[in-house]
Amino acid sequence: MSGIFDGIKVADFTHFGIGPMTGRYLADHGATVVHVESATRPDSVRTSPPFRDGAVGLNRGGFFASLNTSKMGLSINLKTERGVDLGRKLAAWADVVVENFAPGVMVRMGLGYDDLTEVNPDLVMISLTNLGQTGPYAGHPGTGTVAQAVAGLVHVMGWPDRGPVTPFGAIPDFVAPYFGALAVSAALDHRRRTGKGQYIDLSQFEISSWLIAPIILDRIANNREAVRMGNRDPHFAPHGAFPCQGEDRWLTIACTSDAEWQALCQVMERPELASDPNFATLKSRQDNEDELERTISTWTREHPAHDTMHLLQKAGVPAGVVEDMAEIYEDPQLEHRQHFPLLDHPEIGPHRPQAHGVRFSETPSEITRAPLVGEHNEEVLRDLLGLSEEEYVNLVLERVIE
Amino acid sequence: MLNGYRILDLSDDKGLFCGKLLADMGAEVVKVERPGGDPARMIGPFYQDDPHPDKSLFWFAFCQGKQGVTLNLEDQRGRDLLKNLAAKADAVIESLPIGYLDSIGVGYDALTEVNPTLVYTTVTPFGTTGPYKDYKGPDIVTMAMSGYMSLCGDTDRAPVRDSFPIAYPIAGTEAAAGTVMALFHRGRTGKGQRVDASAQQSSVSLSANAPAFQDINQRRLRRSGQFRGELLAAIPERQVWPCKDGFICFAIYGGATGARVNQALVDWMDSEGMADEFLRGIDWKALDMSTVTREWMEPVEDRLGAFFLTHTKNEMLQGALERRLILLPVYDMTDIINDPQLQSRGYWMDVKHPELGRSITYPGAFIQSRPTPVQPGKRAPMVGEHNREVYGGWLGLPVDEIDALKQQGVI
Repeated sequence: MSGIFDGIKVADFTHFGIGPMTGRYLADHGATVVHVESATRPDSVRTSPPFRDGAVGLNRGGFFASLNTSKMGLSINLKTERGVDLGRKLAAWADVVVENFAPGVMVRMGLGYDDLTEVNPDLVMISLTNLGQTGPYAGHPGTGTVAQAVAGLVHVMGWPDRGPVTPFGAIPDFVAPYFGALAVSAALDHRRRTGKGQYIDLSQFEISSWLIAPIILDRIANNREAVRMGNRDPHFAPHGAFPCQGEDRWLTIACTSDAEWQALCQVMERPELASDPNFATLKSRQDNEDELERTISTWTREHPAHDTMHLLQKAGVPAGVVEDMAEIYEDPQLEHRQHFPLLDHPEIGPHRPQAHGVRFSETPSEITRAPLVGEHNEEVLRDLLGLSEEEYVNLVLERVIE
Repeated sequence: MLNGYRILDLSDDKGLFCGKLLADMGAEVVKVERPGGDPARMIGPFYQDDPHPDKSLFWFAFCQGKQGVTLNLEDQRGRDLLKNLAAKADAVIESLPIGYLDSIGVGYDALTEVNPTLVYTTVTPFGTTGPYKDYKGPDIVTMAMSGYMSLCGDTDRAPVRDSFPIAYPIAGTEAAAGTVMALFHRGRTGKGQRVDASAQQSSVSLSANAPAFQDINQRRLRRSGQFRGELLAAIPERQVWPCKDGFICFAIYGGATGARVNQALVDWMDSEGMADEFLRGIDWKALDMSTVTREWMEPVEDRLGAFFLTHTKNEMLQGALERRLILLPVYDMTDIINDPQLQSRGYWMDVKHPELGRSITYPGAFIQSRPTPVQPGKRAPMVGEHNREVYGGWLGLPVDEIDALKQQGVI
């Protein structure tokens, strides 16, 4: 056995971000994952940029290709009764169903957990939504970009003298799949040990609030509201992003102890600052933080970001370049960790989607390219679900398979 | 779901969230602290701002449901005790500087010698291998080096991170997933392994489609403040908008959903006399977000922005719910705790703190599951609170021996 989920079968009724990425976590670690969509109603990410050469096409999108690695592609029309029948067959075949439709959609199709356990009693199923399956806002449509607003993640990003900025992308969209992979793995292990299936209702709102739980507790226990601090930190100073040589170049520096501050003074060749009463302690550095930051910026401006980072890290001072999107592909650490494996795709060509943040010593992930629309229709329906040739052809003719 | 698993948590602040999630799912998680208490106990904010090791809200949140033992790893007998505990554990979690535990003889090699099927999870800034493995990586450093910070912040100032450090909660979540995956694999094959989580890598994915833009189109996306480009449109468009008493999040979408939502918003504005002829005349079905220009977008955004300023966050929320708009308010912590959706789902739980003479309301289960619910446990442990239970229960040490070890400073 090589992959962790070898032999585990997953029906992946997902689109956009959180659902596909949860399925992908299983696929990249050995599960057989069938992503369900249709040519007339493709996964909406297939129609969003970037496209190879800028030419729009369902199979040309780089974002879809990075969110759906290692999966098989099945295109069936779930708007038809027979399409739903096929969906039910697929769920009966599966160990795990992953879905991120708006709450109620799977139930209305007859593919809710309680329906599916009639044909598959020990099924593990996870539904990932913005706000959860129940409650007064349950039916509300949404995306991660608005979910992060109610989750408090927007309120705390930005500068104290200005309004919040939007966290790029949508933090919950990309964190929820980690929680989803955790929940599904735990449910599968529980099933292995007890024979029981599981239904998991994951709300982006609820998982995200846990990321910032200490400041929620601060509000509850101390009646203190969280504030935007730019890059400052209540526990450390200096703590920020400092301008470096070149245009829009930034180096983060965070001294988490007086010793690190003293080491920074040495590297800056300003040893007198270490004993300067204005900066000697955390409290004095915070009291004089504007001046502190000006002093450091004056120095960093004269130096290239990467050289300064290495110099500081070698002296034991935490420092990291604000790497841009080109630099992460050249980062020697990410390179060493093989974070961007090179894949080949029939329409996109060579491309480098992301791997995962965890490395397994005995069961490394095996990442293969994302499927084309309907690429594995015949293989899934004939080989995995056992449809006869006649049944298959009829379904194609009736446009149930499309 | 994880009942019956024993997890030894040797982590510092970077790895604490990992064990907390496993405890929520039913595992027995034992946090091992140095005598006198873990340094993470001194991370604020503090209950009533009292910087006391038993009053850290950071510790409360990320050690809830764990048991706590003390152990002096500087002492040989302490190291032997750790090996004995590891022999009884299913998994170990640690986030200490790479090589530290090896250097004192209780690293991966030593612990797998006494427990060959151990799952050994590390949560570190950059992973345990590679050229930067020994670099220090507090939150802001890993956020910067993941690339994510380059995409966040106003254009005229430095890139920003979230003002609460989330890199390690995020990496800790992925490490928890990895730990359970490795336990599942061990259950099927009998083999343990190392699970090596990197905070830098866990945060790369936050950059959404920006890496793909670089990879496929060699387009380097950058931060754009309250705007966001290249997700829904070929141009930057506003995502965060001021309203009467705060901010809301909303973006103009294209496609069938966009046509419905945008029209519903304009109808709402019209019903309050705030949709002029220009806005009413827009054929939203014809809007093509791949060719839309800033020149077209600006007058639209001006009108929407003026309307939002006439309503409070709550009015915007109610209006959005009625009209199914993809729009939600920017909640602060007060809004979160008062939110009807979380309340109706029974999200909040009261956690008893007998030492403080009160209960504190905490966020509850991170998922709702059936038939096996996730149930966060009791308040975080006091220093050495479960020495007797764990050293007695796991290792069978008699009480007088445990007391003697305490006297001698081993635990």
